[in-house]
Amino acid sequence: MDYVVFGIAAVACLVGALGVILASNPVHSALSLVGTLFGIAILFVEEGAHFLAAVQVVVYAGAIVVLFLFVIMLLGVDKAEALEAEPLGGQRPAAAVVAAGSLVLVILLGIRAAEVSNGAKAVGGALNGPGANVAKLGRALFTDYVFAFEITSVLLVIAVVGAVVLARRPDRDEIEITETEAAE
Amino acid sequence: MIAQVQAMSTPDVAWSALAPLLALVGGALVLLLVSTLTTAKPPRGAYAIITVLAAVFAIGSAMAIWDRVTDPSQGPYAAVAGALSIDGFTVFLTIVIAVGVALAAMLCDDYLRREGLDGPELYVLLLLAAAGGLVMAMANDLIVLFLGLESLSIALYVAAGFHRRRASSREAAMKYFVLGAFSSAFLLYGIALVYGATGSTNLVKISAFLSHNVLEREGLLLAGFALLLVGLGFKVSAVPFHVWTPDVYQGAPTPVTAFMASASKAAAFAALLRVFVTTFYAQRVDWQPLIAGLAVATLVVGAVLAIVQSDVKRMMAYSSISHAGFILVGVQVASARGTSSALFYLLAYTFLIVGTFGVATVVGRRGDAAHAITDYRGLGSRRPGLALVFTVFLLAQAGVPLTTGFLAKFYVINAAVEARSYWLAIVAMLSAVVSAFLYLRVVVAMYMSEPGAAADADGRLQIPAGAGIALALAVAFTLVVGVVPDRVAHWADRAVPVLTDKAG
Repeated sequence: MDYVVFGIAAVACLVGALGVILASNPVHSALSLVGTLFGIAILFVEEGAHFLAAVQVVVYAGAIVVLFLFVIMLLGVDKAEALEAEPLGGQRPAAAVVAAGSLVLVILLGIRAAEVSNGAKAVGGALNGPGANVAKLGRALFTDYVFAFEITSVLLVIAVVGAVVLARRPDRDEIEITETEAAE
Repeated sequence: MIAQVQAMSTPDVAWSALAPLLALVGGALVLLLVSTLTTAKPPRGAYAIITVLAAVFAIGSAMAIWDRVTDPSQGPYAAVAGALSIDGFTVFLTIVIAVGVALAAMLCDDYLRREGLDGPELYVLLLLAAAGGLVMAMANDLIVLFLGLESLSIALYVAAGFHRRRASSREAAMKYFVLGAFSSAFLLYGIALVYGATGSTNLVKISAFLSHNVLEREGLLLAGFALLLVGLGFKVSAVPFHVWTPDVYQGAPTPVTAFMASASKAAAFAALLRVFVTTFYAQRVDWQPLIAGLAVATLVVGAVLAIVQSDVKRMMAYSSISHAGFILVGVQVASARGTSSALFYLLAYTFLIVGTFGVATVVGRRGDAAHAITDYRGLGSRRPGLALVFTVFLLAQAGVPLTTGFLAKFYVINAAVEARSYWLAIVAMLSAVVSAFLYLRVVVAMYMSEPGAAADADGRLQIPAGAGIALALAVAFTLVVGVVPDRVAHWADRAVPVLTDKAG
């Protein structure tokens, strides 16, 4: 049964991922991403991480993909991107080298992981300990991490004020102030 | 799904320890509410006064817990389920940050009216950034530290771009945002790796784990150290993570630059001191060489590049990099003496740099653009008082005796010598000699050259009330503490961070 579920979810992930890079229409790319994210959510459920699965769907497939779509719509779907123009010379060979290097590093780490770390078990205990996952997370959020939880609200206030400041038009006419550019 | 419902014991909230933080956040919310609910134009300077009051309240409520946390029979304690550490270090840095925000607000007052940007938003952002800095200073948990850093940074990204009609201000915000987000990611990776290696994000638990266990293979921990150092090194603008500093300091509105160079730097050094010097004390042989290398690079690059600048704001940005190098020397020593010397440096530098950028705010004139060294020509004859004040700040930064700048450098170098880091002390002294040249260059421009034609056209410079008070306070602190430093130095000695999970 595990294999069947894994197989279906994995296929959904891969098809979605291929769709993201192969679709010529950016909206289709963004929608394909939803398939990948759903596949990963199913894998999380399979592993017993229900909270993570829910967050995956709500935050990623919901909010973030919608945000992508907003941006795509705002910038205009029909604009074709000139892929031939390279803003910085030598970007592509450099990207290939970095990608290959990262791949080698990840494979090496996978093979020799035991030599890099032998860390302690997380203090939170195993996921499958007594009590439901979601309940434990909620408990941690309101006991050990209550301060972190509350200070996040300050962060949200900053984000709101910042967004208003940046989005508001200047009261006067848009006159650029000319400046004496500093040498160097 | 819901197996059983147990009574949950919620953590105790130590309100007295949180009072400084609540004062800053509360001040910001009051500003937002008042400006939203009233349609009438507020009296001149009302926003700045509310901001200064919030900062003063934060300083007062921090001082109120000083006696308790430095009393040996009671001692420091951890607040809100061990998330915050309330000790002399917290109180000292609360004062440094609150002083930074209060002085910056005084500079903002006239600046915003002059530039046609008046409104409560910049004060709100500065107060919330200061609150984030405070959280960084008292964080006892890496997650709380990260949230504090983000609050500080995000507010400052916006503040840097506050002068929207200036292209360089928008550019500064964009550069700061992109590079800052990048460095936050480094810090977050570092936190994740340290968590992986030690099994906790709580500094007390990490420290206990590392002192009771020997890691057979510590690759994960060392990688975590390196990434944490990159993230925090960016915030203190240590070379080679300093590239953003000149552009952002130059482009941001000058009062915001003053805040960045004082309070924001102090908060980042607070995190560096608490995380590395205190928590990873047992591993100091691993990270001391790294910080020593950063300190040398920062001292040399900051001082040398500052000399070739012709824009005073940019010059002060490079000079602030070299000052960060001095503080890093104090961090590298990894002793109580080193920490208290770094703390004294932070307090002294806060007054110095806000004063320096305060003068730059006034001289910058409408448009905030007259910052070239030629704009300072003949200031000595046009505004003798302002020129004298600026001379005090510049000489103090250069490390002339009878100022706090000299003592700060002296304490740091003294701590390095005591820890037998002789070569580091020598590099620091050489850097001080090199940077003395650039401060003297500005002094020479003020007193020994004729004013340019552009300066005459603008007429006499006005020194607004808010900036005048801020400059007077900064000069008073620099000279008075420079002559009689004993009391402040004693406070810094008792403000060494302590790790404790004892509830208050």
